[in-house]
Amino acid sequence: MGVTPQPTGGAGLELASPNWLTTKLDWLVNWARSNSMWPMPFGTACCAIEFMATAAARYDIARFGMERMSFSPRQADVLLCAGRLPFKLAPVIRRIYDQMPQPKWVISMGACASSGGIFDNYAMVQGIDTVVPVDVYVPGCPPRPEGLLYGILLLQKKIRGETLADPAIRVERSLDERGLPLSPERIDELSEPFGNSLHQTRSA
Amino acid sequence: MAEKRTVELALGTSGVDERGRPVTVPLGVETPGLAVDEAPDLGGEHMLINIGPQHPATHGVLRLVVELDGEVVVRVIPHVGYLHSGFEKLGEYRHYNQIIPLTDRMDYLAPMSNNVCFALAAEKLMGIEITERCRVLRVIACEMSRIISHLVWVGTTGIDLGAFTPFLWLFQERERIYNLQEEWTGARLTTSLTRVGGLMADIPAGFEDRLRHFLKTFPQALDDTDRVLTRNGVFVGRTQGIGALTGAEAINYSLSGPMLRASGVPYDVRKDRPYLGYESYDFEVPVGEHGDVYDRYLVRFEEMRQSARILEQALDRLPDGPINVDDHRVILPPKHAAMNDMESMIHHFKQVMEGVPAPVGEAYFPVEGPKGELGYYLVSDGTAKPVRWRVRPPAFINLAAIEKMSVGHLLSDLIAINASVDIVMGEVDR
Amino acid sequence: MNPSADALKRQFGAGIRRVTESCGDTIVTIDPARNVAILGWLKDAPDQAYDYLVDVTAVEYRDAELPLEVVYELFSLSRKAPLRLKALLPKDRPLELDSVVPLWAGANWLEREVFDMFGVTFRGHPDLRRILMWETYAEGYPLRKDFPLRGRFSRSEQVRQALNANPEAHYSMDELHIAEAYHELPGDMRERLARGERGRIPEPGSGGDG
Repeated sequence: MGVTPQPTGGAGLELASPNWLTTKLDWLVNWARSNSMWPMPFGTACCAIEFMATAAARYDIARFGMERMSFSPRQADVLLCAGRLPFKLAPVIRRIYDQMPQPKWVISMGACASSGGIFDNYAMVQGIDTVVPVDVYVPGCPPRPEGLLYGILLLQKKIRGETLADPAIRVERSLDERGLPLSPERIDELSEPFGNSLHQTRSA
Repeated sequence: MAEKRTVELALGTSGVDERGRPVTVPLGVETPGLAVDEAPDLGGEHMLINIGPQHPATHGVLRLVVELDGEVVVRVIPHVGYLHSGFEKLGEYRHYNQIIPLTDRMDYLAPMSNNVCFALAAEKLMGIEITERCRVLRVIACEMSRIISHLVWVGTTGIDLGAFTPFLWLFQERERIYNLQEEWTGARLTTSLTRVGGLMADIPAGFEDRLRHFLKTFPQALDDTDRVLTRNGVFVGRTQGIGALTGAEAINYSLSGPMLRASGVPYDVRKDRPYLGYESYDFEVPVGEHGDVYDRYLVRFEEMRQSARILEQALDRLPDGPINVDDHRVILPPKHAAMNDMESMIHHFKQVMEGVPAPVGEAYFPVEGPKGELGYYLVSDGTAKPVRWRVRPPAFINLAAIEKMSVGHLLSDLIAINASVDIVMGEVDR
Repeated sequence: MNPSADALKRQFGAGIRRVTESCGDTIVTIDPARNVAILGWLKDAPDQAYDYLVDVTAVEYRDAELPLEVVYELFSLSRKAPLRLKALLPKDRPLELDSVVPLWAGANWLEREVFDMFGVTFRGHPDLRRILMWETYAEGYPLRKDFPLRGRFSRSEQVRQALNANPEAHYSMDELHIAEAYHELPGDMRERLARGERGRIPEPGSGGDG
């Protein structure tokens, strides 16, 4: 893996990795983390109903170890933002994300959470990645339960590829001194209209 | 109403006094000079707690700021707007048919009823008369939506009050309706079923048989849930006498739907301002008596059975014929005509590029949605995009009464009352 | 045509400006200064009995010369008769109207929404503040026609304002008073309120989190 030894941080494993013991340890830790992720269901709109259907008997999210919903962020691993995020709700999701302890991941479920969806207007955050860092995006309006499960499996795959030796993965990304998670230019770039949205401002 | 079925249950302890307020159990603490049955004055201050906007029991992103005296609610200040998506503003920049996908996402528990209501409002504005087959299919869509909305309501109210199992049983029933919706429209949840002047597609072959099969097995699921909840001591104890509103109060708060009918006011838009031929269907409207959470539960439960009855009748009378009105200035011509015939191609082009203009005027159209009276108010200035699209949101108006209903009850009763309003935040906040 | 229109003309004379019909609905345009009196009569008169307030909303037309209309949709439960009333507010004067909350409690949130989306002030409303946008929303009144679809600020500025409002921006003054009465406000919030700084978004660089 070619990790340069860092003097501080992480589990102190960087000085000795990569070797047989750290890879086995990584495998064990990642297996445990990926197969028992406790979701924090931040369900807002229609995607929350499809999330409930995924958790119900037919699609059964319990197969993947995720049936224990954690409504307290302190005990959650995955922030699952299911539904559109208006600006009034943005500080709420940021605070919940900040309250979650590491290791934590974010799944953005649905078109509205990923990019603002059909709501390119004054009230809607154009993708939650302008507010919190996102690991997996699940497209769809709403995504079918199978789509959400595929997104969860992708996240599990991502987790299995992590290593304890890299401290950069688990660094806490708080708001900067401007009070923004990213630079203003980057936020504007992510929020730019695209596709049909470019033509929608003509009224009548 | 032909006969009145009263459900009377005797509880071990009544739990409420003669004014309907919960009876508090004294602590029985031995304080010198104080009799055991006098509630000791703990000299406490009021507590201000914040429920939500992210909370499992608020049914969406609702925030309730509650002032408590011990466990008794003194004030409730609801904060809404956490899901405000600017629907009404967006509608001013969309053609009428482009607004239909927006309507799915407001009351997302019963999307087809929103689609139908909007199409009816736009057709009233434009003066379009739909075909008979379309009328019956829209009734089928509305009643299917009513059933799935009430199934979610019973399931989530059960969860709030501690009963998790009915949620799983009823979501299985919802999956079966979702299969039917998906066959018909291609989508489980965001159906966009109607178009102005007709529907997006006719029902596929075998749909009627599958819907009849559903109607044969659905009452069994309802009976199972009935057996588990309706006479359950915990459920009844937590819902009887809680959050009661008189009929006059309910009218003054502009409540509608099961909230209004549970308080004894028999107003149902299907009976009083009929549309889609509802006056010719044989069904009853359940009306409650006490206006408490338990009556709302009974009303919604019975409405599901009545919806199944309407669906049977609609399937029996479904006529053959076209689903779309025969006017290609309003409805897209079939593809083979648009590709071969100049006039059809021009119709297709004008509708897609410019939309269908509505005459100058305005129209308000109410339907009986599962949450209450859902109405769309459209104002047109002669162009293809409305000047104003107003949604009369039943859940928003019903939620405003929550302070009136909860003051004096306990915090746990507030959760039950909040559940009984049957809110869907997409509609409350739009 | 709803017979209530003629009854209104007899009762209120010049208070009824115009009666029209559109798509089968009767629309009565009234003098805005007398809205409470007219609506109260419609509610209480025994042969009118419009006891159910269906909706209160507002309409602004694309033609900027036309006045802003506040629309009341009424329904009589006993007679099963709907009626729509409109009060026209010219835009060169402040947009104000008397509140009908004393007549129907359901008008409370409906009028708050008209205030939030259009900026119409309802005199006598018990608690007139924004309901769908947050308390200190600075961009304006969203459903007005001069308000652009995507809002007035850039996206990054909208995100910054949303993430950095002081906590007081999400509480009504009522709630802050309750907390103050029980000494539950944190010290820095109390100081800010004493300085009248409930709504100021901290400038970039001054430390975001209140």
